[in-house]
Amino acid sequence: MNTPARRLYLFVTALFAVLVFATTWWTVARPNSLRDNPLNRRALLEEQRIHRGTIRAADGTVLARSVKAPGDIWVRRYSAADSETSHAVGYSYTTLGQAGLERYRNDELVGKNDDITTLLDQVLGRQQQGNDVTTTLDLNAQKVALQQLAGRKGSVVAMEPATGKVRVMASVPGFDANDLRNPKVFSQLNQAKDSPLFNRSTQASYPPGSTFKVVTAAAALDSGQYTPNSILDGKSPIKVSGVDLANDNGEQFGQITLTTALTHSVNTVFAKIGEDLGKPTMAKYMKRFGFYSKPPLDYPSSQMLASGEYGRNGQLLSPTSGLIDVGRMAIGQDKLQVTPLQMAEVAATVANGGVRVAPRLTDRVVDPDGRVVERIAPKEEARVMSQRSARELGEMMQNVVREGTGTAAALQGVDVAGKTGTAQKNVQTGLAQPWFIAYAPANAPKIAIAVTVEDSIGGFGGTVAAPIAKAVLEALLGPNAQEG
Amino acid sequence: MKARNRELLALVPASLLLTAGFAAVFVQRNDVVTNVSLTYGAIFLGLCVAGHLVIRFTLPDADPYLFPLAATLACFGLVMIYRIDENLAREQAQWFVVGLILFAATIIVVRDISVLERYRYLIATTGIVLLLLPRLPGIGAQVNGAYLGVKVGPITFQPAEFAKIAIVIFLASYLRDTRQLLVSAGRKIGPITFPPLKHLGPLLVVWGAAMLLLVFIRDLGSSLMFFGAFLALIYVATDRFSFVAIGLALFAVGAWFFSSTVGHVQDRVDTWRHPFDQALYDKVGGSYQVAQSLFAQADGGLLGKGFGESILDLPGSTAQLLPAAHTDLIYAVIVNELGLVGAVGMLLVYLLIVERAIKTSIMARDSFSKLLAAGLGAVFALQVFVIVGGVTKVIPLTGVTLPFISYGGSSILANFVLLALLLLVSDKARRGGWERSR
Repeated sequence: MNTPARRLYLFVTALFAVLVFATTWWTVARPNSLRDNPLNRRALLEEQRIHRGTIRAADGTVLARSVKAPGDIWVRRYSAADSETSHAVGYSYTTLGQAGLERYRNDELVGKNDDITTLLDQVLGRQQQGNDVTTTLDLNAQKVALQQLAGRKGSVVAMEPATGKVRVMASVPGFDANDLRNPKVFSQLNQAKDSPLFNRSTQASYPPGSTFKVVTAAAALDSGQYTPNSILDGKSPIKVSGVDLANDNGEQFGQITLTTALTHSVNTVFAKIGEDLGKPTMAKYMKRFGFYSKPPLDYPSSQMLASGEYGRNGQLLSPTSGLIDVGRMAIGQDKLQVTPLQMAEVAATVANGGVRVAPRLTDRVVDPDGRVVERIAPKEEARVMSQRSARELGEMMQNVVREGTGTAAALQGVDVAGKTGTAQKNVQTGLAQPWFIAYAPANAPKIAIAVTVEDSIGGFGGTVAAPIAKAVLEALLGPNAQEG
Repeated sequence: MKARNRELLALVPASLLLTAGFAAVFVQRNDVVTNVSLTYGAIFLGLCVAGHLVIRFTLPDADPYLFPLAATLACFGLVMIYRIDENLAREQAQWFVVGLILFAATIIVVRDISVLERYRYLIATTGIVLLLLPRLPGIGAQVNGAYLGVKVGPITFQPAEFAKIAIVIFLASYLRDTRQLLVSAGRKIGPITFPPLKHLGPLLVVWGAAMLLLVFIRDLGSSLMFFGAFLALIYVATDRFSFVAIGLALFAVGAWFFSSTVGHVQDRVDTWRHPFDQALYDKVGGSYQVAQSLFAQADGGLLGKGFGESILDLPGSTAQLLPAAHTDLIYAVIVNELGLVGAVGMLLVYLLIVERAIKTSIMARDSFSKLLAAGLGAVFALQVFVIVGGVTKVIPLTGVTLPFISYGGSSILANFVLLALLLLVSDKARRGGWERSR
């Protein structure tokens, strides 16, 4: 009976080997399939036990912080100031998940990046504490932007052209992130008609109107086919893709320069330029400006939209698709849909000598002891056009503010370069979406901005959006502007 | 070194392990190291020494490793349970004291295991009755569809824990008598030698019993444990693999039949195959437990999260993230906190106990002793396999305890009796000269 007994032992060993194999499978070989399973809430519960880092505005004002709750967990609370930056900062709740910077910077906020410190904390029995995140947001200018929008649905995005720091990201209507803790309020806000949880700065799909002429002009100048002094025919109407296209109020302009055409936002001239350059050239410059892909912002990809021509099914078209009417696209019509962030990047690129810098909301990550763990460096995304083209385009945009459609944005003692836009939504009722993109000071740009108001009856970019841009630029370039 | 001194020495690391474990839990919980953990360690060492003294005076030649190995598991379990719930740990510690008393009583009362043979039919009947008790109206308790518990007044116990020992004793005794008949002749069909039809009888009877068990207690895991122990015994008794093959085939057919007809067994199989199916996951008694068990293990990784770090409850509510963490799912907690390394270490201790049991079987000089030791080792190993396999999704999860580690009086008491019987066999086997090699 000894031999079978030995074999029995071997069999038991084999059975145990199966158990070891299975445990290895779940713990070491395939743990990620389980960790990523949507039913698995361990990671979220785990993070509740970590003292999540604080999120601050550029001036150090606390926006989001964690407080201790019963059951040895930490819960998120948002400051009064955060209700002005709630879209950018987002929220973090176990029940809802995360959004905004709270989501994008989660690893930093829970201190996931430094394993050694975590281990040390455990050994020393210290509470695990995440890192703090300081944003680039200027609370004062943010407040001005919201005041200026004055409850009108719309968005303001202001950024530093050379560094990509987003100083203002305003979206109206907004929300108080503290209210979301109540599931009823959350689902109410989530389904509300004016979508307060929706970040219009990064997610809205707006027709850009004439502000897009800056992109067309950049393509025209940088391709070498046009100069600011090229003489063009401003007669109206003309046939574009077989359909008549007229200037505003059917105005006739005669033989004018490209500069004059931009100053007075002459549709027929830019439509012809668009047709002349053709889809491939337009596509090339649009892609360089960042169209047709999601912005390189430190923000959740699911909360950003790529700008470009959209088909009927809501899908982004190929930039050379046969469905695109390149003439109308060149003046910001057709099926073109953009985000305010993208238009701010357009202005910033011109301001920055033709180099597009990635926008960002994070300035630095700081550990609980106050040491800077990471300072986010400016990142050049693309050279969109030559420095010369950018300079020429900038001068043309200065003319818009000096004597054209954008005079309402003129600042005392500071040159502003800008472009208005008024996307017609309903010709009968006069419903339009006014736009203004700009940067200032024109000779040494510090801030680029995009402003849009969703619905305005009878309003224009020059009358509705430009004054908002002016106020925000003043706030950012005022006595405190040197800080940035 | 003398066997008993070796045993005494081996108990020291077990006690130190307990001391260190309690200290780790204290540190995690209160940020302080108190000398309370030393006190616990000392009490535990005291209990172990008491057990050791019983062995020293009654079974001087018994295997020196079995008791320290069991003590290691027991202290490991105590720390884990203390980490899950202090009150349960106190109760568990009390059960250990009772278990040790029962352990001593078993050794003193039985004295010579051949006595057991005399009462084999009484023991067999007791075993069957114990198994069927949970189905008796009034005292039976159904948990998750399976009938494994008995509730009399304030006391609940799991009779299957004791029944497994009774059945192994009976089978060892029965097979000692009939093994010669079973191997006497046979017909060869293909690679398998079939025993004569009349001797297949007992096999069919036990198969029928296992199937009845499946129907009555509705628990695939326990049936597998009992039937597996039977097959192990019949194999050791006859050295005929054909019996095992036929038995396994029969069991597979039966299990398949009942898993497709008995709703509860069917559910268990479904939740085993699709633990992440939303409908099964949300169902009461569905796959939630298996899924959470796997999630907890995945979080443990190679080295685990450390003592006391595992999330067991949902904060802000009384709901449990890991249901039955102190019994069925204690292995998942161990993997979560101590990682693959800790879990494999624990499995190795179990494997060493089985090794000592088989060693005892080989050293034993009479057939009954051989069969009894091998059978007890097999049923012990299978119990570990059934619960750990269930928790790791190797087989459907069923409510069996992890010997010496899971919380539960019945489990502790029964396993101490099992340990006492193994030591009784071992002492008899080693008496007179067997000691020289090891």
